[in-house]
Amino acid sequence: MNGVHDMGGMDGFGKVEPEANEPTFHERWEGRVMAMVRAMGANGGVNIDSQRFARESLPPEVYLASSYYQKWFLAIENQLVERKMVGADEVEAGHALHTSPPLMRGPFTLNDVMRCATRGSFAREPQGPAAFKPDDKVRAKNINPVTHTRLPRYVRGHSGVVERINGCHVFPDTNAHGKGDHPQWLYTVVFDARELWGDDADPALKVSIDAFEPYLEKL
Amino acid sequence: MAHDHDHDHDHHHAHDHDHSELSETQLRVRALETILTEKGYVDPKALDAIVEMYETKIGPRNGAAVVAKAWTDPAFKQALLADATKAINALGHFARTGDHLIAVENTPQRHNMVVCTLCSCYPWEMLGLPPVWYKAAPYRSRAVKDPRGVLADFGVTLAKGTEIRVWDSTAETRFLVLPMRPAGTDGWSEDKLAELVTRDSMIGTGLPKNPTDMKS
Repeated sequence: MNGVHDMGGMDGFGKVEPEANEPTFHERWEGRVMAMVRAMGANGGVNIDSQRFARESLPPEVYLASSYYQKWFLAIENQLVERKMVGADEVEAGHALHTSPPLMRGPFTLNDVMRCATRGSFAREPQGPAAFKPDDKVRAKNINPVTHTRLPRYVRGHSGVVERINGCHVFPDTNAHGKGDHPQWLYTVVFDARELWGDDADPALKVSIDAFEPYLEKL
Repeated sequence: MAHDHDHDHDHHHAHDHDHSELSETQLRVRALETILTEKGYVDPKALDAIVEMYETKIGPRNGAAVVAKAWTDPAFKQALLADATKAINALGHFARTGDHLIAVENTPQRHNMVVCTLCSCYPWEMLGLPPVWYKAAPYRSRAVKDPRGVLADFGVTLAKGTEIRVWDSTAETRFLVLPMRPAGTDGWSEDKLAELVTRDSMIGTGLPKNPTDMKS
């Protein structure tokens, strides 16, 4: 979706302000949110793509005005209600009021914690040969789905070069919506900054994205 | 624990929450945790353990150890650049590194910088949880268009003519920048070299510390 989360190339957000000696969490509740999202993801309540889509789908003014972990919280709460794992009445009451469907991999316990130390694998068996190879010239398609996609707006319609093939991966565009893995070849595609931003752009700048095969067409 | 108190000391957020709004967030988070616990979805002790792991075990020291090893061991560096996940997991770190970690090497000709314009993708196992600025609009919007301006915000100026390559983490690949080893560090041990490796130098928004700034 063409949401405010797709920020590459936007102007007006001001300077980057690093914080010296930044703590892991600024507030205790931020750690609880991170842990709940990881736990519910690890045991199959939500997946990474559906969570991203839930954050992107927050109203733009909420997205822009909320801190990072506030967005995480609003998105996980929305999603658990949407998936009927938590009732709106329970959110209101602050307590469980009825039974809910079990998690795909059961309750999240201390035995599951180490699984949250490592990112899961998104590599899948290829469904066919890769359409592109390194050095191929490609164009990022001009697509504008209202659903989840990982093709940022700033490259759409622009030409680049395939630099590497990163294997075959879960396709976020379907996985976010419960429509399966649909594994796709994943490529690092490099764009010249002048192709993306015009003749005034830095001639010594190149930008790459990792693009799934359906995002690309051969030139 | 240091972060148990609940008042706001994050003054960098554009979002300037007052105490009543903050406590509403706290209450809602607490309520959701209560619900998930009562339903038997999560054990709160397991949540404690996740928080503790990210506060104490998973952080930029992991990445710094990898960089320092690459600076001293040419065979490891070659393996790291060929397949970072495989090379790092062979070291037997605290936890495995997830699939598809890609190490990208800075050279006198080329500086690498990593961003996630769409969300906040970041090599957690190597660097811990990302800092607020990495996840915030100013960095996500500008890194792909004006990385030299972003570097200036960090007080970093590259040698004239250095090419910049920005890696936008749009999929489940993750990127770790291998910064250049500072001059004047001949014969240093891996442990000592690791102290020069800053988190930002592995994102590409900083450079390693200057060896002359280190206490001996």
